Amino acid sequence: MYAQLVDTGAKRLKDLEEMSAEERAFQERIDAEIKIEPKNWMPDGYRKTLIRQISQHAHSEVVGMLPEGNWLTRAPTLKRKLQLMAKIQDEAGHGLYLYSAMETLGADRDEEIDKLHDGKVKYSSIFNYPTLSWADIGTIGWLVDGAAIVNQVPLQRTSYGPYSRAMIRVCKEESFHQRQGYQILLDLMQGGTDEQKAMVQDSINRFWWPVLMMFGPSDADSPNSAQSMAWKIKRHSNDELRQRFIDQTVPQLEFLGCTAPDPDLKWNEARGHYDFGEIDWSEFFDVLKGNGPCNRERIETRKQAIDDGAWVREAAKAYAAKQRARQAA
Amino acid sequence: MADWPLYEVFVRSKHGLSHKHVGSVHAADRRMALENARELYTRRNEGVSIWVVPAKEITASAPDEKEPLFDPSQDKVYRHASFYELPDEVGHM
Repeated sequence: MYAQLVDTGAKRLKDLEEMSAEERAFQERIDAEIKIEPKNWMPDGYRKTLIRQISQHAHSEVVGMLPEGNWLTRAPTLKRKLQLMAKIQDEAGHGLYLYSAMETLGADRDEEIDKLHDGKVKYSSIFNYPTLSWADIGTIGWLVDGAAIVNQVPLQRTSYGPYSRAMIRVCKEESFHQRQGYQILLDLMQGGTDEQKAMVQDSINRFWWPVLMMFGPSDADSPNSAQSMAWKIKRHSNDELRQRFIDQTVPQLEFLGCTAPDPDLKWNEARGHYDFGEIDWSEFFDVLKGNGPCNRERIETRKQAIDDGAWVREAAKAYAAKQRARQAA
Repeated sequence: MADWPLYEVFVRSKHGLSHKHVGSVHAADRRMALENARELYTRRNEGVSIWVVPAKEITASAPDEKEPLFDPSQDKVYRHASFYELPDEVGHM
């Protein structure tokens, strides 16, 4: 979801007999829930898939700062501003934990960031939607981070040690994000004017479907799921996680006094889950292709941040070299 | 970033405990590594002390050395207190 449609390069699963001795030992280790560590042997496909998944996840954290940054200077109170800054700093931190985990696989951070800027790799589709009102900051914390938690909690048990440990740190911090978001909306709904309440409902209307798309296409259209599940770098199917998210979110939605823009959303007693309407996947694929409302702006902003910071990195390097020379003298 | 070396970060979570590996950071020099580690790994009272060590200075055992290194200790049960059975009358020791 923060990593969507990650290609494993595998057309179908190999069974144990077809595997080389090394592959079999590797798969048996995974089946026994023993973590894979950077220096262990691993199939090339596992390494490449993980680099793709972790880099996509890291890019999502970093690009995810941008929609929120839009409201930093316009937060309604100093308290809200401090909270939002702390949240955004966390997202930067999450990106860095993940880039570090990715580097343990032999990937180069600069190269992976260049790929993002060249449009060769993706970040989560959700960050290509604009934040038009203050309520969007609440909705993002509650729904976007809420969806991220549903996805990331099982990833704490992912088979690759450094990724799993990064996820444990991320999950510890993420629940603050969700609660601060929900509280923003609660404040608006409980103490706000009619206009402010309408703003919350409008925000939920715009984000509801894109948030459900975060989990990725339906299981039937996820060709890479089987291999990722066998390697335990994905632990639940997209549909399973989406259902879990909806089931836990609807009561919170009702408590707010808001509705979802889905006439088919209703409790199904027999299934013990909420039923929900058809997702418009053409929108999802279109956004992934680069045609979302903010795709170009997001990448431009990232590039500019890197370019504008070039002199700082150079100065730091020159300073370090000067200090070393001074110490040597 | 690639030309900023990688540092491994160790944090002592509270007084009396050992430093524990928490992750890594890139930095131009050691001082910056310490500052970056503080920003990245101790935003919520996670520590009272940080070590940063250039990653290239760490010597690590290889996975295929696991047997020669660690197997010899497996058959030395006499290194554990539970190996020595004492009569109940002796009481807790």
